[in-house]
Amino acid sequence: MAEQHSHITAADVAKVARLARLDIDGETVDHFTAQLSRVMDHFGDIDALDLDGVEPMTQPYPLVNVLRDDVEQPTLDTDEVLAAAPEAEDHRFRVPPIIGLEG
Amino acid sequence: MSQSASEIARRVRAGETTARTVIEDHLAVISRRDGEINAFNLVTGDSALEAADGIDARVARGEDPGPLAGVPVAIKDNLCTRGVPTTCSSRILEGWRPPYDATVVQRLRAAGAIMVGKTNLDEFAMGSSTENSAFGPTRNPIDVSRVPGGSSGGSAAAVASGMAPVSLGSDTGGSIRQPAALCGVVGVKPTYGLVSRLGLVAFASSLDQIGPFAGSVTDAALVLEVIAGHDPGDSTSIPQPAPSLVAEVGRGVAGLRIGRVVDLPGGAEPEVETRLEEAFAALAAAGAEIVDVRLPSFAYALTAYYLIAPAEASSNLARYDGVRYGMRVAAADTNAMYAATRAAGFGDEVKRRIMLGTYALSAGYYDAYYGKALKVRRLIADDFARAYSACDAILMPTSPVVAFPFGDKVDDPMSMYLCDIYTIPTNLAGHPAMSVPFGTGAHGMPVGIQVLAPTLAESTMFRVGGALEAAGRGA
Repeated sequence: MAEQHSHITAADVAKVARLARLDIDGETVDHFTAQLSRVMDHFGDIDALDLDGVEPMTQPYPLVNVLRDDVEQPTLDTDEVLAAAPEAEDHRFRVPPIIGLEG
Repeated sequence: MSQSASEIARRVRAGETTARTVIEDHLAVISRRDGEINAFNLVTGDSALEAADGIDARVARGEDPGPLAGVPVAIKDNLCTRGVPTTCSSRILEGWRPPYDATVVQRLRAAGAIMVGKTNLDEFAMGSSTENSAFGPTRNPIDVSRVPGGSSGGSAAAVASGMAPVSLGSDTGGSIRQPAALCGVVGVKPTYGLVSRLGLVAFASSLDQIGPFAGSVTDAALVLEVIAGHDPGDSTSIPQPAPSLVAEVGRGVAGLRIGRVVDLPGGAEPEVETRLEEAFAALAAAGAEIVDVRLPSFAYALTAYYLIAPAEASSNLARYDGVRYGMRVAAADTNAMYAATRAAGFGDEVKRRIMLGTYALSAGYYDAYYGKALKVRRLIADDFARAYSACDAILMPTSPVVAFPFGDKVDDPMSMYLCDIYTIPTNLAGHPAMSVPFGTGAHGMPVGIQVLAPTLAESTMFRVGGALEAAGRGA
């Protein structure tokens, strides 16, 4: 893996926006690219650290496999949940077509 | 000056006043001051008065409504309240009414507290000034030309202006402590896992923690006692009962070892440095021993945080897709609908962080960014562990600067991020820390001194916080 932190480009930002499902136009891409570049420049400081053999830390308090008895418990009211949806039908969330229309 | 939560609860329980009177008084302050300050996204006056009558009826029947009987509390608008709009100050959740209450909201109510409203924040708690809100900025009650800090700026301003004696915020990288410092109130970020996160809208799940704002260290302890303790609904909740904290506040610091960090980076303003020296002197005079400690990886925490928090946020915020809740922008297919909804619903700072996080996690960059950040996080936790073998608590500034004018940093993300340099390491380590008002700095604005302690050492932290408060600098 390359160690140097290469500059983030407008193409990178456009790609990341697509991955993150954010519809942003070209001008906004340039604006974000300039801002994110300044932030990413600061991130180069950790390259000075020797991190070989350091165990990654993903959470502060290592609790694992929190289990409970497999018994029925109260759940959310489905009418109340569906009432918050932009569109619902027959007790389901309604969405536009999933396939076929994207270029 | 407005009454403390402890005093309100005592008087309501004793029948010396009614909860209705208390709520009416606070609603009057809100209607007088919030037009200017904008601490609240929503004021729940009618339901608060109804709840107050319920408390008064219980007192009349000879029942004890609990340790927070009749105490008005303001709730950050990223905590779920059943049937009451919860927006995270984002257009994408405008109008959403959660189908359940956060555990902390349930616990406050069970203790007799009464919610008076939902407070403003930087959208999804991302920011340090409460300028990134879809509902306009909150103003600092001490000087309305300045920011209140953030992201829990509304909760800090509500307490600082007497609109509520106590409030709740959330702290992912300083979002309780920094606004507490900038508004001159007490703010506590508890140990990760001490307070249930069930019903807190997730920003960065390994860093987020809920905690109180208050006008005094005792009131903060009182609220934390109520909201802390194991919750089976949060798998990261520490399986221990709530600690006893109010009794610690007045115990003093005789015999405690207080760490002074040698070569602390961050470039704090000179007045902030001076207040810190005075805080050390006050604790020494009260019988504490001041010892030098080193945190060599401290300066790297900012980079680690601004990789880890956006990475987790990019995943957590994937759920806002226009399907199950919040707004939707209509489009021909689901992918176009997701992208159009998220583009219209999120503000710029949220978009920046989602993109930063997505980038740090993407193929080819994961090891260079996110993977490295997790290792730096370990170095920081190891630094603290070494330091705490030599001391019981550490003192440092909460914020390098006092409250700044609107617009100063909002278009320069890096300068805004540097506001969090002293608060972020605590979140990475999962430790508790609190900000206590301690005099003023530039422009007469409040300075907060931060007390840091090891995991689950809230009792020590409140002893030190109580001693700083007793040293009498106030805000």
